[in-house]
Amino acid sequence: MTRLAERRPAAMARTRLPARTLVIALLVLVAVLLTAVLIGASDLGWQRVLRELSAQLTGGRSPLSEREAAIVWQLRVPRVLLAGLVGAALAVSGATFQGVFRNPLADPYLLGAAAGAGMAATLVVVLAPAATAGLPAAAFAGALGGVGLSWLLGRTSGEGGTATLLLAGVAVASFLTATQTFVQQLNTETIRQVYTWMLGGLNVSGWREVLLALPYIGVAAVVLCLSARLLDVLTLGDAEAASLGIRPGRVRLMLLSAASLATAAAVSVSGLIGFVGIVVPHVVRLLAGASYRVVIPLSLVGGAAFLVVADQIARTITPGELPLGVVTAFAGAPFFVAVLRSSRGRRT
Amino acid sequence: MVVPLPRKLLALALAAGLLLLGGCATRTPDQDSTAKPDTEAAFPVTVGSVTIPARPGRIVSLSPSATETLFALGAGPQVAAVDSASDYPAQAPHTQLSALSPDPEAIAAYHPDLVVVAADPNSLAAALARISVPTLVMPDAKTLDEAYAEFVSLGKATGHQAEGESLARQTRDEVDKIVAGTPKPARPLGYYYELDQTYYSVTSATFIGQILGRFGLTSIADGVAGSGYPQLSPERILQADPALIFLADSKCCGQNGQTISARPGWSTLTAVKQGHVFPLDDALASRWSPRIVDLVRAVSGAVTSAAR
Repeated sequence: MTRLAERRPAAMARTRLPARTLVIALLVLVAVLLTAVLIGASDLGWQRVLRELSAQLTGGRSPLSEREAAIVWQLRVPRVLLAGLVGAALAVSGATFQGVFRNPLADPYLLGAAAGAGMAATLVVVLAPAATAGLPAAAFAGALGGVGLSWLLGRTSGEGGTATLLLAGVAVASFLTATQTFVQQLNTETIRQVYTWMLGGLNVSGWREVLLALPYIGVAAVVLCLSARLLDVLTLGDAEAASLGIRPGRVRLMLLSAASLATAAAVSVSGLIGFVGIVVPHVVRLLAGASYRVVIPLSLVGGAAFLVVADQIARTITPGELPLGVVTAFAGAPFFVAVLRSSRGRRT
Repeated sequence: MVVPLPRKLLALALAAGLLLLGGCATRTPDQDSTAKPDTEAAFPVTVGSVTIPARPGRIVSLSPSATETLFALGAGPQVAAVDSASDYPAQAPHTQLSALSPDPEAIAAYHPDLVVVAADPNSLAAALARISVPTLVMPDAKTLDEAYAEFVSLGKATGHQAEGESLARQTRDEVDKIVAGTPKPARPLGYYYELDQTYYSVTSATFIGQILGRFGLTSIADGVAGSGYPQLSPERILQADPALIFLADSKCCGQNGQTISARPGWSTLTAVKQGHVFPLDDALASRWSPRIVDLVRAVSGAVTSAAR
């Protein structure tokens, strides 16, 4: 064990998540959620919404009309919660993928989840335009199908290492994307609908979507939080992990399954939202430490907060809607660079 | 001056090549040269910047609106092929030609002597000019007057000038009559016009917005920055509480009063409660053909029932 401790990177010295950090992160999330519910696309006035919230809690009189209450409770609240769920799912999956592949650029879409979901969504839009209610289910199946295919290919054509799996993922994603583009080109009249879905967004969301995504993301989040220690061991390499009594292949399968389940659920209700899975875990690492026992739970909370803020921008900055995927990249990239620079400045 | 032999040979070869490429060979005439002589307009005619040398007998239309107009003009027998989106009238020669990514070679296979498009994103006109086929661009009409002007242009280009002019006049008169015969709402009524289920809509400044404006209606999407076709947030739709809802995604995507009242919060909308939700024929609502009259009639019916 002393040898193990010596080989640990310096940043991994802090392996436990300090309670104070978690509390601060949760407080930030609550503040962000509350702001998002108070301020939306329609100018109901945040004080009036606040009075509505307290009226609901205490059973008092609400200042909002029936329609205004519907705006808050049937549109805004589920949308904000869904943004939080999707953000949490993508960030925690991203962190898991980075750990499993020991690659800082890994993201939840690496093994064909996005391409599979994209192809399934395109097929629904093209072949069954009247059945777009089935789009979430199709995207969910497509995402899991893409990842499953990559896993099968990687296992049958290699010795089970991450490199083969990664290559299989690249091949599957390219193939599915090519198929999706081909189908889309044959049906150019549906191009806008497909494109809108690809860019990702939460503008058409209600409690139904929240309830659809919650079980999968909830289960995956619990599994990943509980196995954060295994991720820490995996980062030491397969041989080291095996010497500690862990079977790397099995652990990887479990971790990737949980992360892909969360990703598929997120993609099915929100379309493709990029950048969250990369930027949030990295910001967490830079601010709080690189141990997965810190990164996994904080990515969960941080991802939720990040996407709630991004969606707040998407729905309020212009009178119309901005694609959420555009906002996450546009706002996330400079933020990431700023954190990177400031942390480097601190270290030197 | 003595030209060295190799250069002389080269010149000869070049000349021979040019001759071969040029007009020396005898060929079977292309089908366009068999077009009937013009009877109504003096060809060549110039429409915009396009000159059409003779009355076209093999027209390829890559614009559903132009297809409808050509048939309404009586130029139907001259139409050789229409694109995959041209679904009206039924007797049009439907093909799989794509208007969005047009392939000059596939179009040339129909031996056209005139190609009509709504837009030319891939330099189709330049490609077709190389085989001496004129391309007439009849862009999306932004106003009713532009739509009428296109009827006249298409009439002129196809040897049906008189029909084009009378079609424009008749359509204008018909539209004006329907508008005049529709009760004007006491105050401007707001409407939400749905293009798809992600709440893309239209402003009053668009073609369809102007038609609805003739009935004293204004779009709840007005003031949204950006294009005339913005994506609205559902909160905004609920807060605006439009008096009328038009669904231009009824045929494609099965939307109607029932499906939209099941959307979160939508059952609180006045238009939904009072049944003022009007599915429109999607195709009709996105075209600027003489069938505008049918669209205007549908809107008139909607406004009349909402005013009741």
